[in-house]
Amino acid sequence: MESCIYLDNNATTKIDEQVISAMLPYLTTYYGNPSSMHTFGGQVGKAVNDARKQVASLLGAEPSEIVFTSCGTEGDNAAIRAALLAQPKKRHIVTTQVEHPAVLNLCKNLEKQGYSVTYLSVNGQGLIDFDELEASLTGNTAVVSVMYANNETGVIFPIEQIGQMVKEYGAIFHVDAVQAVGKIPLNMKASTIDLLTISGHKIHAPKGIGALYVRKGTRFRPFLIGGHQERGRRGGTENVPGIVALGKAAELAEQHLADIDEEKRLRDYLEQGLLTLIPDTEVNGHPVQRLPNTTSMGFKYIEGEAILLSLNQYGICASSGSACTSGSLEPSHVLRAMGLPYTVLHGSIRFSLSRYTTQAEVDRVLELMPGIIKRLRDLSPFNNDQSDWLQERQEAILA
Amino acid sequence: MWDYTDKVMDFFYNPRNQGTIAQKNDGEKIVTGEVGSIACGDAMRLHLKIDEASQTIVDARFQTFGCASAIASSGALTELLIGKTVEEAQRLTNREIADYLGGLPEEKMHCSVMGEEALEAAIKTYKGIPLSNHEDDEGALICRCFGISDNKIRRVILDNGLTTAEQVTNYIKAGGGCGSCLAEIDDLLADVENERQLGVTVATELHQAKEPKPLTNLQKITLIQQVLESEVKPVLAEDGGGVELFDVEGDRVKVILKGACGSCASSTETLKVAIEARLRERVSPSLVVESV
Repeated sequence: MESCIYLDNNATTKIDEQVISAMLPYLTTYYGNPSSMHTFGGQVGKAVNDARKQVASLLGAEPSEIVFTSCGTEGDNAAIRAALLAQPKKRHIVTTQVEHPAVLNLCKNLEKQGYSVTYLSVNGQGLIDFDELEASLTGNTAVVSVMYANNETGVIFPIEQIGQMVKEYGAIFHVDAVQAVGKIPLNMKASTIDLLTISGHKIHAPKGIGALYVRKGTRFRPFLIGGHQERGRRGGTENVPGIVALGKAAELAEQHLADIDEEKRLRDYLEQGLLTLIPDTEVNGHPVQRLPNTTSMGFKYIEGEAILLSLNQYGICASSGSACTSGSLEPSHVLRAMGLPYTVLHGSIRFSLSRYTTQAEVDRVLELMPGIIKRLRDLSPFNNDQSDWLQERQEAILA
Repeated sequence: MWDYTDKVMDFFYNPRNQGTIAQKNDGEKIVTGEVGSIACGDAMRLHLKIDEASQTIVDARFQTFGCASAIASSGALTELLIGKTVEEAQRLTNREIADYLGGLPEEKMHCSVMGEEALEAAIKTYKGIPLSNHEDDEGALICRCFGISDNKIRRVILDNGLTTAEQVTNYIKAGGGCGSCLAEIDDLLADVENERQLGVTVATELHQAKEPKPLTNLQKITLIQQVLESEVKPVLAEDGGGVELFDVEGDRVKVILKGACGSCASSTETLKVAIEARLRERVSPSLVVESV
């Protein structure tokens, strides 16, 4: 597909042209190993350190606090395992029900290894309850791992409030900021966060590169054990082109934060437009405490995959939390944790914008969506909450 | 992204025979068959117009909530049905629906099964067979997330020559929720394979109708309690669930359901149906189970 309207930027993003230009020499001319004791390798080592400064600047951190990784999943795994290894006597983890599988499935795996895990619930707007958080924390809690912003709904957790409570109980605070970085300002100098995960391909760098922020003074154990790279915190020869790309992408993301309001304006315009044009439509998640680029909307009585394939016909890329898209047979764990009704759950679509999204693209979506939704609703046996069949089923389920 | 055939996409973008049937002539009967629920993510209502003299399906329409392959399978089913006699239609399997579309991805085979089930429901309605006497409901509940009995799993294994639990999940969703029944599905696969080798047909043993015994109220309650204790509870307990008898008023059996698979709310409904089927079989066919 040559040209498409790409509104799936929480899944992955287009690599910025400037990022490609920055990384290309490290795939061709400068192929040296940064660990080598010669100038040819040494100049590559300098590029890695420049990239480290760029990433540190975006996060409001010191360059020495940045560890390059291969992806967000590695960052999450490395962070949580490091926190556990550093405090071997503590056997409890706190996280939320709406985390990314990188954290959720790791925690489930750790349960099998004897750790106990509290999965905090969320309310209908996707936010956690502080009483529940406080009740879950004990002196035995080794690590609290909470995402900064949710990938499906864009809902932003009150991270610093959570962090203050975590600190009172002496636990390590890990934050998966894969979706938040580049979309909201982050400043580790004024934060309670100990460990923070970011990923390159969500901020217009290529896939296969990420970084973990490790607060100075946090006891850390490497996840990948090997050479002395990354000051012993991550073995393995550096992915130099990826690191250089992430550095450049971080620099551009920092610049772009100044005009993120335009992205939000377009998101709001899209969201309001769809709510106005299409009946029986809802926005999922907290209306304000949300990333500026994301909207998750439930189009009742129809199924998400059918909406996505209809959009795909016109070259529009979005995503869905519906069961049929994932092949898992069950709809999104995030939307289920929020307790959304099934009518909304299965028909939820996520549009996620980027700095490349244009007014014309959003207008095109607004032009096409009402017809797409109407066509599918005409096919559906359900068309309102009063449908007798639906009513009967809902009652049976509630009984 | 799913690898759908061009025909699936064509039947999704240009649905065949969508809608309902309003008009009929003398000597024609309109029946519907419903399957699925909004909780499970797909549902279909099939409408058939049948000429009673010739027993021929003269029109078929569908309304479907579901993904592209569910909508395509529904259209394919109606195309296959129009012009067939009821007897011919009864022999139609999900495999024919999938083949008509040039195949479906394995993970989407359950869409074709949904079509077959809607057809069965419609034909039963046409013949005046109460749906609650459906053989599927008499089996033991295996997949609590999607409410699927052992009989239904056996049948899909036989019809499609399935050999792995993963295939069973793809075809009828069983095992696709919490996954706690996957071992039981493996057992069923082994059973069916053994029976196939012995040349035993499963279907024959399913309909062993029993004479309903006249019972006093006290006998009835005692028997209900016994069946719940000895036959229902042990099965539920394996997955941390349970049931308590709350009250019996005439034929209404009120029960309290506990700890069903929390990931799919429809499990409560199917649990209720399964308990009802068991009590009807063992105690009295007129019993109705209510969850309080």
